[in-house]
Amino acid sequence: MAAPFSWIRPEPHGIHVVPADCWIDPSRPADRALVTHGHADHARGGHGQTVATPETLAIMKLRYATSDGAVPVAYGETIRLQGGVDATYVPAGHVLGSAQILLEHAGERVVVTGDYKRRPDPTCPPFQVVPCDIFITEATFGLPLFTHPPIETEMAKLMERLAAHPDRCVLVGAYALGKAQRVIAELRRAGHHLPIYLHGAMEKMCRLYEEHGVDLGELRLVSDAKKDEIRGHVVVCPPSALNDRWSRRLPDPITAMASGWMRVRQRARQRNVELPLVISDHADWHELTRTIREVDAAENWITHGREDALLRWCQLHQRRARALALVGYEDEDD
Amino acid sequence: MRRRTRGATLMEDLAALIDALVYTRSRNEKLRLIAQYLRAAPDPDRGWALAALTDGLDFPAVKSSTIRALMQERIDPVLWTLSRDFVGDTAETASLLWPAPENAPSPPTVTEAVALLAAMTRKSVQTELPRLLDRLDASGRYALLKLATGAMRVGISSRLAKTAFAQAFSVEVEAVEEYWHGLAPPYAELFAWAAGGAEPPDIRSLPTFRPFMLAHPLEETVVDMADYAAEWKWDGIRVQLVRAGGETRIYSRSGDDISASFPELLDVLPFAAVLDGELLVRGAHQGGEEGGAASFNALQQRLGRKAVSKTMLADYPAFVRLYDVLLLEDEDLREMAWTARRARLEALMARLPGSHFDLSQVVEAASFEDLAAIRERTRDDAIEGLMLKRRDSPYVAGRRTGLWYKWKRDPLLVDCVLMYAQRGSGKRSSFYSDYTFGCWDGDPDAGAELLPVGKAYSGFTDEELKRIDRHVRTHTVNRFGPVRETDRSLVFEVAFDSVHESKRHKSGLALRFPRIHRIRWDKPVHEADRIEALRALVRD
Repeated sequence: MAAPFSWIRPEPHGIHVVPADCWIDPSRPADRALVTHGHADHARGGHGQTVATPETLAIMKLRYATSDGAVPVAYGETIRLQGGVDATYVPAGHVLGSAQILLEHAGERVVVTGDYKRRPDPTCPPFQVVPCDIFITEATFGLPLFTHPPIETEMAKLMERLAAHPDRCVLVGAYALGKAQRVIAELRRAGHHLPIYLHGAMEKMCRLYEEHGVDLGELRLVSDAKKDEIRGHVVVCPPSALNDRWSRRLPDPITAMASGWMRVRQRARQRNVELPLVISDHADWHELTRTIREVDAAENWITHGREDALLRWCQLHQRRARALALVGYEDEDD
Repeated sequence: MRRRTRGATLMEDLAALIDALVYTRSRNEKLRLIAQYLRAAPDPDRGWALAALTDGLDFPAVKSSTIRALMQERIDPVLWTLSRDFVGDTAETASLLWPAPENAPSPPTVTEAVALLAAMTRKSVQTELPRLLDRLDASGRYALLKLATGAMRVGISSRLAKTAFAQAFSVEVEAVEEYWHGLAPPYAELFAWAAGGAEPPDIRSLPTFRPFMLAHPLEETVVDMADYAAEWKWDGIRVQLVRAGGETRIYSRSGDDISASFPELLDVLPFAAVLDGELLVRGAHQGGEEGGAASFNALQQRLGRKAVSKTMLADYPAFVRLYDVLLLEDEDLREMAWTARRARLEALMARLPGSHFDLSQVVEAASFEDLAAIRERTRDDAIEGLMLKRRDSPYVAGRRTGLWYKWKRDPLLVDCVLMYAQRGSGKRSSFYSDYTFGCWDGDPDAGAELLPVGKAYSGFTDEELKRIDRHVRTHTVNRFGPVRETDRSLVFEVAFDSVHESKRHKSGLALRFPRIHRIRWDKPVHEADRIEALRALVRD
């Protein structure tokens, strides 16, 4: 019999599930890929077969204009891979379609979280704690200073600023997949029913969310609007467009950005952000440590992000842990 | 930002102001925010807040190391260091990591916080500072720790804070400047005067700053030399030397106290006076004439230093070339005509040590044409041009039309090639508006390379900016964050005042006051100037 857990191997380009000959979120094309969610650094194109939730596959189809080799797995469903490996997709609460992947082989259980958060999100089902032997967790916001405030306080900040400047608009930079739709959905939940204006790059993803039952209210394109009608409204764009020429067409925009990094003042200043909104789709420090405690795995593997601090926390709390050096994950805009 | 209808007295109100200032780029908006706070907050809270914004507070018991020590008792040192390294600021890291108690007691007022900080000793700070931090939220803790350690870094100068004060209470900023330096936080008399309508503070026995009289550029104006006197415009820094109550202070043009950088000038003025002059460094050590002034490059060695070494004092000895006298002993001369003040100044020279003072000479010219010819001939590097002063002009604060003119030397020009462009900030944040340009290190047709010689972000119109921005975007060969490298296809005619040796640039040269003079859309890049042409203009 093989050594315990020798069937799962962290490699620089992804996590290799050896008997099934497949990779989780590989950063280069693989014959068979298990994909946790649709963000470009996890869901790359060009794989032979892509196993993911139907929502993630729809997002990938939108991105890469092909659904060749798509193998859908619904939340809670188990798929039998070759070599006697079972894979079960469990909600991760990160974005629409995001999943943790539970792998079972030879009586051993491994959970790969992908990206996750523990806060409620109107655009996707909540994270579920899955007991396992090895817990492979992300650590994007793995420093104790990261405490994401309740989203209600951030929405209140946004709406207060909007009300104080009826002649201007609030331009919110938000990651095009997930963050943008969550911000819009939360604005609606907070009672904001005016039309929300979109950068062109946001439109298709918002429509996709709507097709999956997420109500985003009335959305309009900036490119179809006159400058004056945008006054007093919220505009959502990708972070890269915040300081771009594109924003010149807006009426004296107040620059906002929705990101967990906004907790640090200099980060906001570097991006010329006037209204930082601390909104993240990743677990903050308390959620990360709480999740490690609740899952209570024999071993924790920590990936992309600030592994050092979470590793230190595990040591201090007598939990076995190791850092994985995976390449190709980006976190700058979340 | 939280708004209160009555009295913004709490530390958290100041914290909200500081946060708003951190995230605001617009100068006008900053002024509005500060003025709004100063009007809303009661005395003496607003005085302490004003002192905090102008870095006028000092609490010896609270240092960065104190904060670090407190944090390491509360959080694992490794986690602290990782967090501190990520944030890059001890006070902010501590404000974010402070373990807040479940039920926070009532937050302090600004006055109470200042009183508690002032009462702390090296020993009591260990227990008292945590108690204070426990009463605040994360923003409040940030504001408190910044205020306590005296490094606000919210991007406002003391001049901006004074301007905001003037706006808040509709008083003249010059008057605020004049009273400011004589008063200590929380500036009770200043607020009583500006906000409460009381008599202005009495500052006669205090070494306070008096606002400078400034000049307009001459441009196309022609003046009659019977009405105007000419002086050289020296290329140092304009300073005001004030002695009152037995103390001497030196102020820069912005009203900042720069006394600490020039200790040799603090005990050489033997009587009470306010003098206007140019701070210069002796040029002898650079081979110039004994008693002459060195170039601005030499003076720069002395600027912005808190501690000055003996070597510095010996290598770059400072002196003041006097232009004017505003106050002398008990007499205010500012209402007098320039000729009368000049006579008093000349008479005064005998009472001043020649080691540290000399007189700015009047340039004798029979006519304006004569003066123009003198100006043409001048190539002394310590001279920036000429000053023209109306003989009957009183000394008035600010720029009054028709009284004083500056007539700068014609700039030097060089043709450079655009190499890099960087996005601007504020209004220009979506435009590539800061340009780095270079000259050829040899024959461009024989494989010479461009080496950067300077950077400029002014001298063009908004329309020209749009066109250059388009050029940059369509001629990009490389991107480095906010910077784009271009394919080196555009020539700028760059104007500058002088050129100096510099270790900062690979070319070994640096331009002073470079600005875009003309955009040479027509000029082929191989016709741009060479480094050696520029080097020939170095006069250090």
